[in-house]
Amino acid sequence: MSTPTTLEPAASRTMDEFLKGLWKENPVFVQVLGMCPVLAVTNTVMNSVVMGVATTFVLLMSAIIVSLTRNWIPKQVRIATYILVIATFVTMADYIIKAVSLAAHQSLGAFISLIVVNCMILGRAEAFSSKNGVKDSIMDAMGMGIGFTLAIVMLGIVRESLGNGTLLGFALFGDRFEPWVIMVLPGGAFFVLGFLLLGINALNRRRAAEAT
Amino acid sequence: MHTESLGAIFVNALLINNFVLSAFLGICPFLGVSSKFETASRMGMAVTFVMFVSSLCAYGVNALLLWINAPYLQLISYIVIIASAVQLVEMFIKKFSPALFRALGIFLPLITTNCAILGLALFQTAKGYNLIESIVYALGAGGGFALAIILMAGIREELELTTVPDVIKGTAIVLIVAGILSMTFMGFAGLV
Repeated sequence: MSTPTTLEPAASRTMDEFLKGLWKENPVFVQVLGMCPVLAVTNTVMNSVVMGVATTFVLLMSAIIVSLTRNWIPKQVRIATYILVIATFVTMADYIIKAVSLAAHQSLGAFISLIVVNCMILGRAEAFSSKNGVKDSIMDAMGMGIGFTLAIVMLGIVRESLGNGTLLGFALFGDRFEPWVIMVLPGGAFFVLGFLLLGINALNRRRAAEAT
Repeated sequence: MHTESLGAIFVNALLINNFVLSAFLGICPFLGVSSKFETASRMGMAVTFVMFVSSLCAYGVNALLLWINAPYLQLISYIVIIASAVQLVEMFIKKFSPALFRALGIFLPLITTNCAILGLALFQTAKGYNLIESIVYALGAGGGFALAIILMAGIREELELTTVPDVIKGTAIVLIVAGILSMTFMGFAGLV
């Protein structure tokens, strides 16, 4: 755990674009973007997975479109254009989820529509896809999307197992476990994310101390 | 469909289902702009104003969309309305208070991607509020956002003066404080 990781020197640039989203520039833990869904829908693992997949889908599709059209969109209206592209894909994701699983749609509620205003997606469109080619943009979007999904699934695992004593609906601890109700309530979301960030800070500091 | 009084709608949006602390809407500005009391209170006012304008427009547009029978355009048209409302507020503030304009900086255009505002428009449609109820709901939600961000800014200014372990500085401590605030707000449950 405490061994400092060295980057492979031969790793290609494209692969780097993908990997950076997973840890070094993780949208949730490092950039602290897209916090609303991170806190709101992570009360069960299932919700986290659906949210993560939907967000990755929107991120990927809008990255492709933004990257393809990056030379034609006038600078002044780019943000509005990006938002429209994102809103289109979110509407699609909304209807797809409704068609596949009505239960998932109901438990996520308005938060599927709210993917539109996930600052991570607009942030990637503005900071990356609008300046890079399609291939790099796809890798970047995949990395960020998977990094985001991993982060919210981590939160979901902690909150569901402690707050409800289950994981994906299966009981974990037997009958005598008393659920920590606070974990599924709003306050618990803040606490779990706060302590995860604390842990990551501590880990990074230890690595930095060892590197010097 | 719903039998809440106007007062109940207001208190509900302001305290019980506070947008920031119990519905997790508008977390980005809540974490980002809450380090100074001054900026936080201005941000609160700006958001309340945008909420008011976009709630009015969303009500009108929703009626129009139902009339032309195109509910799938809801999300797209709401976001356009909000973006325009933010643009309007931005021009307004730039003209009348350049100092405030500089203080809000990047966070002003980012109100567009403040989920609290889109959330408000979506919730008021989902709950089937009429025009008056929508306005009251918007004012309550905006007030609730301002309240939460101002409380947070007050606490963070105090935090500056205390000794916090290095490792917990930054977002981690803010999130834990927000968790405690959120638990406090749970005490308002059952008020109405």
